[in-house]
Amino acid sequence: MSGEAIATMAAGMLLIWGGLAASVAHALRASRRRRDDRSG
Amino acid sequence: MSQPAREQWGTRAGFLLAAIGSAIGLGNIWRFPAVAYDNGGGAFFLPYVFALLTAGIPLLALEYAIGHRFRGSAPLAFRRLHARAEWLGWWQIAISLVIASYYAVIVAWAGSYTVFAATEAWADDPEDFFFGSYLQQTAEAGALGGLVPAVVVPLVAVWAVVLIVLLRGVRRGIELANRIMIPTLVITFLVLVVRAVSLPGAAGGLDAFFRPDFAGLFDPAVWVAAYGQIFFSLSIAFAIMITYASYLPRRTDLTGSGMIAGFANASFELLAGIGVFAALGFMAATQGIAVDEVVADGIGLAFVVFPEILSTFPALQGLFGVLFFGSLLLAGLSSLISIVQTVVAAVGDKLGWPQRRAVLVTGLPLAAASLLYATRGGVAYLDVVDYFINGFGIAAAGLVEVVLIAWVLRTLDRLRRHADGVSDMRLGWWWTIALGVVTPVMLGYQLLENLRTAVLAGYGDYPVAFQAGAGWVVAAAVLVAGLALARQGWRADVLQLEDFTVEADRRFLKDAS
Repeated sequence: MSGEAIATMAAGMLLIWGGLAASVAHALRASRRRRDDRSG
Repeated sequence: MSQPAREQWGTRAGFLLAAIGSAIGLGNIWRFPAVAYDNGGGAFFLPYVFALLTAGIPLLALEYAIGHRFRGSAPLAFRRLHARAEWLGWWQIAISLVIASYYAVIVAWAGSYTVFAATEAWADDPEDFFFGSYLQQTAEAGALGGLVPAVVVPLVAVWAVVLIVLLRGVRRGIELANRIMIPTLVITFLVLVVRAVSLPGAAGGLDAFFRPDFAGLFDPAVWVAAYGQIFFSLSIAFAIMITYASYLPRRTDLTGSGMIAGFANASFELLAGIGVFAALGFMAATQGIAVDEVVADGIGLAFVVFPEILSTFPALQGLFGVLFFGSLLLAGLSSLISIVQTVVAAVGDKLGWPQRRAVLVTGLPLAAASLLYATRGGVAYLDVVDYFINGFGIAAAGLVEVVLIAWVLRTLDRLRRHADGVSDMRLGWWWTIALGVVTPVMLGYQLLENLRTAVLAGYGDYPVAFQAGAGWVVAAAVLVAGLALARQGWRADVLQLEDFTVEADRRFLKDAS
């Protein structure tokens, strides 16, 4: 694979899979905060 | 007669898996890789992610907000939104009805091939096996030529699975099925991708897929392709997301769910692109030709090119064949379940029927109608109906949806307040611009392009009369059906919203003031 193909692959993975990971992490954080608010 | 309480998802994860299962379909595996390759390779990811953020996720959030706020299938939700919007819901339901009728047949093919793969039944000529031995395709477009038992048997099995899942309801049927199918699909596909990237020649395929052609970023056609891919792969504008969101409980993060579903669908597409092009690179290396000579998409990629690739695997051809076609089967089944449920929910809402009755009265005739595509001439009908119902049905319904809501009824702000009131993430001005300006412009341009191509060049080599009958007439008939069905009245108690949304609106309006 050429260097630019590897760089694009890494960027694509970071954008898309990173976007998914960030969305899930945000949802988990928000859910935990809501739970804490209810119990606190 | 009182309205039965609306069923709800058991958990948010259950809803998300069902929404993701609906979005991840056959197009993720056989359409996205070729679209990306043809439109700038690696450079395509920039317009693709831009389209996801400015059209895909905003549209998901919009449909979640409509379904959640108005607590109904698409016709009921649009009727509650505005008295003159109901026809749009029925139009989308009619589109789903047509899509379900042929989509079930493709899922049945995947089921057959999951069995065929164990013995590599296609032998040396996968193309002749698929169109000749298996489908027994007639030479003349439009001729039915009788039912093909080899397709009818798996088709009956597919409908049996779908109807059993739907008979069990939202929580014990759809949610449970997706809780099993989606993790299985992801794990199976991951195994396939890991195997594909370790094949000799895979690096060449990945290089062809990811090598960026940045000049493509200045080509409007590449941006239109990116918006088209996002639009068609997210199950938007044919009533599914509205229906699924109507089963959400009162407190739920609509915007966050839209982000997760949108990115999960894109993540699977990226994974599919890696797997498909690694396998194509292996095939090209084996045959000593360039990757661009083996690139394919659609039915040809799945049922002709992949069997050829699988037969040349160094080992365990049968196992990987079963995994590949099993993945197609799972991806197709989870989408088909969602498409049929939108129709079932609409009929149930309109007639006040419980889920079981609506499933049987709607599902059985729909299953019978799908036999058209299990005939010897069925593949030609399937091809033409699919092209016209996607290019003109879904694209037009999507365009009308955003224009109606943003510009005619001007209800975007109301829906945004609802979504913001229940979500952890707030929709800002970008959402209004994305739905009010960006999405209508891109969808409008795409619809005009589709129209220009279909009028000037037609579709494929099919006779004009056949394209008119199976294509244009079907695309027009779904619109007429939508308008006609909206003329039937509702029972007054059905149109009343349950208290929780009214309460929620009061609270949000108070917050906003």
